[in-house]
Amino acid sequence: MTRFSEPSTEAGSDVSATQPPEQVVTLLDPASAADNMRDYLRAWIVRIKNGESGMLPVVLGLILIVIIFQSQKSVFLSAGNLTNLFTQSATYILLGMAEVYVLLLGEIDLSIGYVGGVAGVVTVATAAPPGDHPWWVAILAGLVVATIIGIIQGLVITRLRVPSFVVTLAGLLGWEGVLIFLADREGGTNGGGTIRLSNSILLDLVNGNLSVAAGWIVLVLGVAGFAVFLIARDRHRRRHALVVPPLGLTIAKIVAVAVAGFAVVAICNTNRGRIVSHPVQGVPWVVPIVLGIFMLWTALLGRTRFGRYVYAIGGNAEAARRAGINLGRIRTAAFALTGLTAGLAGVILASQLGSISSNVDGGSLVLYAVAAAVIGGTSLFGGRGKMLYAVIGGLVIATIANGMGLIGLSASAQYMVTALVLLAAASVDALARRNSTRTA
Amino acid sequence: MNLPADPSVEAGPSSAGPASAAGRSDGRVTTASNTKWLLETKGITKRFGAVEALSDVNLHVAPGEVTALLGDNGAGKSTLIKCLAGIHEPEEGQMIFDGHPVRIRGPKVATGLGIETVYQDLALCDNLDIVQNMFLGRELTNSRLLDEDSMEKQARQTLAELSVTTVRSIRQLVGSLSGGQRQAVAVAKAVMQNARMVIMDEPTAALGVAQTAMVLDLIRTLRSRGIAVLVISHNLNDVFKVADHIAVLYLGRLAVEAPVGAFDQQSAVYAITTGRFDPNTIEASATVQAIE
Repeated sequence: MTRFSEPSTEAGSDVSATQPPEQVVTLLDPASAADNMRDYLRAWIVRIKNGESGMLPVVLGLILIVIIFQSQKSVFLSAGNLTNLFTQSATYILLGMAEVYVLLLGEIDLSIGYVGGVAGVVTVATAAPPGDHPWWVAILAGLVVATIIGIIQGLVITRLRVPSFVVTLAGLLGWEGVLIFLADREGGTNGGGTIRLSNSILLDLVNGNLSVAAGWIVLVLGVAGFAVFLIARDRHRRRHALVVPPLGLTIAKIVAVAVAGFAVVAICNTNRGRIVSHPVQGVPWVVPIVLGIFMLWTALLGRTRFGRYVYAIGGNAEAARRAGINLGRIRTAAFALTGLTAGLAGVILASQLGSISSNVDGGSLVLYAVAAAVIGGTSLFGGRGKMLYAVIGGLVIATIANGMGLIGLSASAQYMVTALVLLAAASVDALARRNSTRTA
Repeated sequence: MNLPADPSVEAGPSSAGPASAAGRSDGRVTTASNTKWLLETKGITKRFGAVEALSDVNLHVAPGEVTALLGDNGAGKSTLIKCLAGIHEPEEGQMIFDGHPVRIRGPKVATGLGIETVYQDLALCDNLDIVQNMFLGRELTNSRLLDEDSMEKQARQTLAELSVTTVRSIRQLVGSLSGGQRQAVAVAKAVMQNARMVIMDEPTAALGVAQTAMVLDLIRTLRSRGIAVLVISHNLNDVFKVADHIAVLYLGRLAVEAPVGAFDQQSAVYAITTGRFDPNTIEASATVQAIE
């Protein structure tokens, strides 16, 4: 930056003097609080008061739900049930992450439940006789179909300027039709529209487990990698005098990830089999799979131009347009990624069920997906949200379903409780936002 | 280069403009001998259907000076700056930028020339932080990943050069900034792209006293950096605090163009509302030509 050849002479010297003192308080920002942990915590509290509570309410809510279920049914926190819970939450988490892409744009995709269903059918049918294609061909076929569906819907939304609500509502209906058609054709008349999944690798995606040793190794490598990444980044930024979070926070993050990871691996590695001679233990494959997708999508949103533009369009589309961003291309790409992620969810769902049928309830699934993203803290108005929110929200949804199933509540009660949780989460968010706009 | 006294330049405000003010005691006013217009428009005319929004506008903007563009609602101020920013293309007339005739066919052409526009709505994303906003659409990357460190360094340097010292962290969300700070971020975003001329639309509208002072300081800083500043404002107090020249649009015509010293508040209001220069101001009649 050498274009300013002469130093500023007249201006600026009294700028700070013109700043009203109250501003300094409201501007207190965690990122600015430098190396002092106490300052950081104080700034964090200010931020929560200002409505940027982030994930705090939903994490507290999840703990509350767990306490309630555990008090009602002691088997809830058993290793077997928790491992079950992890695999049950995978579909919700994946669909929630799919929805995050379009919610960040301020759009919505109502079709992902059935897009996932169609991808599941394509994958299962590709792996089934008479083709008997290998597992990776089957998955690839399902994901390609789901991505193409996403691209088509995205093009209709961006080129014809039809609202995404309408286009994907048509998708909700249309792809269910395609799902029934495919399931009936591939499943045959005596199959009743159900295609059995016979490929062992595809079945193992959810039902297979890592060995006990492999689970621990993956944990150690993952936590070590995370720690090295964070510490190296902080050191680099500190050396270049850039904004650095306090060391205490970085350590706290690493410890939190290590503890959570240890808990998951320890739970899953506990024998949950009923027969003594046949121990069932190990981390289900689906856990590292979902984790990997989560990390990939987080990097895409946080570290690439594409991700930055998604946030920018959701925050202020006109500003993004004036900055030279091709809104149509970014939006279409986001819908494509939503389709792709929904396809992954469909594959995981098929693996979990061991089959796929025309009975996939894509209508409920998409609503759970939106609920998962919103419960986690994603805004329906665009510009605010993270993949992590979908993970937490998906866990909440799965926990409610799992716990109420254990207690033996009827389906009617389950729906109503889920509705209340969604409403509570959205209300907390709305109240927080109202506070923040008032202070701003 | 097109000096205002150049005989080849058609007669009009250009030859009677700031150059004639050489004798004034105000040292800031440049004289004919050292003035070089950064931007000059000749006979700009813009029609929307049957409506002539701008007719035969001859505007002059000098580097290192603040030109205030005044005019009542509907006088054509916004249309004129949109022509300069490449959003509209005028039907007639010529623009000369840095001595060369140019056609500004689109926003990219304008920014390519170094003409940056800060609109009244600022075009900032509240959900992104200051660095992210300043680099929006022009992110630096390192093997396809965002190079946050370099962007943060450059952003901080630009803000420091503009003496924007009130933001606590350049990693705070723009939505949490005050109005003046948002204006500062928008200006910094413009200046960072090697701006030679910055157009600001109502920069102090809806700002408090302290915030306004901050923005005016920012404008002075730009001027001291040799950047040409064209400011649209309804607030005459602010105009008189920073402007070197005043250009008044009246019903799509450039009615008056003169050094700020030729005006007082009353005569400026008179010019805005009538399109004529106040005949009672003696100095003005010697230095300013009003188009009637």
